[in-house]
Amino acid sequence: MTNLAAEQELMARYRQRKRLLSKLFGAVCLMAMISCVAILAFLLISVLWRGFDYLGWDLIRNLPSRSAAKAGIWVYLIGSLWLIGLTTLFAVPLGVGAALYLEEYAAESRWKRIVQLNIANLAGVPSIVYGLLGLGIFVYILNLGQSILAGALTLTLVVLPIVILASQEALRAVPGSIRQASYALGATRWQTTWRQVLPAAMPGIMTGVILAVSRALGEAAPLVAMGAVQYVDRAPTSVWDTFSALPLAIFYWAMHSKPEFHDLAAAAIIVLLVVLISLNMVAAFVRYRFGKKVRW
Amino acid sequence: MSRWSENTVEDSPVAVGRPTASTEKILRSASELAGSPKKFATTNVNFWYGTHHALHDITLHVPENCVTALIGPSGCGKSTYLRCLNRMNDMIEQTRVEGQILLDGLDIRGPKVDVVDLRKRVGMVFQKSNPFPKSIFENIAYGPRVAGLKSRDRLEQIVERSLVQAALWDEVKDRLNDSALALSGGQQQRLCIARALATDPDVLLMDEPASALDPTSTLRIEDLIFELKENYTIVIVTHNMQQAARVSDQTAFFYEGHLIEAGVTNEVFTNPSKQETEDYITGRFG
Repeated sequence: MTNLAAEQELMARYRQRKRLLSKLFGAVCLMAMISCVAILAFLLISVLWRGFDYLGWDLIRNLPSRSAAKAGIWVYLIGSLWLIGLTTLFAVPLGVGAALYLEEYAAESRWKRIVQLNIANLAGVPSIVYGLLGLGIFVYILNLGQSILAGALTLTLVVLPIVILASQEALRAVPGSIRQASYALGATRWQTTWRQVLPAAMPGIMTGVILAVSRALGEAAPLVAMGAVQYVDRAPTSVWDTFSALPLAIFYWAMHSKPEFHDLAAAAIIVLLVVLISLNMVAAFVRYRFGKKVRW
Repeated sequence: MSRWSENTVEDSPVAVGRPTASTEKILRSASELAGSPKKFATTNVNFWYGTHHALHDITLHVPENCVTALIGPSGCGKSTYLRCLNRMNDMIEQTRVEGQILLDGLDIRGPKVDVVDLRKRVGMVFQKSNPFPKSIFENIAYGPRVAGLKSRDRLEQIVERSLVQAALWDEVKDRLNDSALALSGGQQQRLCIARALATDPDVLLMDEPASALDPTSTLRIEDLIFELKENYTIVIVTHNMQQAARVSDQTAFFYEGHLIEAGVTNEVFTNPSKQETEDYITGRFG
């Protein structure tokens, strides 16, 4: 056998091994994907299975009760809706405003880089820390008590970094040529931002906002930390009312001594998931509708 | 060298066939140039990007109702100079400009000049067409709108006038409310020209307006430049020597941040006074 033939055979074997490795790697990735989906499916199915009996209008309409059969989530649902409504009201102007300042107005400087770094860090701070901050500032110092207002302000702290970062990302995606064209036509910075940059960035900003709202809807830890109550006997009617929220109901019911409350918690999880998925569908729709008009 | 070969593709108008009107195109003579009032008079303009000294003592006059072409290899400063004329360089951080830039005898960096007004008088067309993601109508109406014009009738007049001037009206008059992004590349660039004309400027700055276009669209833009110079002063940056020779009355050759030579286009191309100019226009470098 000549040297050349030996070499060729070696290379052929090498190629075969590569092909095998490639197939193996694909299989491993597939397994990873399947296990993710399987875990999710298992969770969903077990929640549905356990909570199914409690689903119905009574669950939505009823007030809390000592008996799992009569208990409902009405006050929690309304509390959650108040919370996300107010949180959106606070977080969107603040977050989009901050993003606009950082992207469109602030000059490149060390100061800006420090702020930027801190916002990114704040997004990673555990939400319970914000809960303690809310307890200190909003509940005690500003003396708002354990009110919806204090809860919404606390959640605003939690989601603000998300809104800022998503909005910045969206603003950065607007091509510089659009700004240049606007300035070259004699537009001021305000006009350029308001009439060109912000509308073009809207789909991205909306997506970030809805993600933030979903986050606020699902948070229990900061509300526990700021001392939101477990039991309220009526749905809140003003921002000063004490409140509870869906994640809190789930949290307390899941730890309840009576096992039937655990199924009730599962039912409440289903409602929370439905609200969350609807929000995400709205986000997808908004992105699609706005996005169609903007192509670069 | 590579740029030269790129250009030869665009530079074969013979194959495309020029419109008959082109035979009437006559460049302005040396005496006409000398007799024209100076629209822009720049004296000893220096420009820095951070510590990079990009323009060295540029002294150049732009005669009114003429086309001035700025030519030179990439990075020679011609675009930087162009952007000094409507202060678009202000938007780039850490830049510095020195020297005198007079528009109709008034220093454009003086305290009396508002940069917003300056940019209304000195319109600009960019290398890559950059229509707003809005309707054709809204694109053209944007300049007058940001200037405070609200009357729908006036806006409609301006949109029609600008589109007619930019030779785009017939192609788009039935779909003014369609997205400007649906237009072809050449149409988009003419839309950008129309948009610049809508604020009724005196001067039109063009930064390689045809470099991203096919030969036919390039010709249309060149024809347009010929028509527009009757009413506007035009400064055009181009990498395309033939284009400079075809459309401009005055040519300025930039090299490494210096203005090597400026003069009547015919002179510069047939009888350059500097060796670098000759080397560049004959394709020996760049």
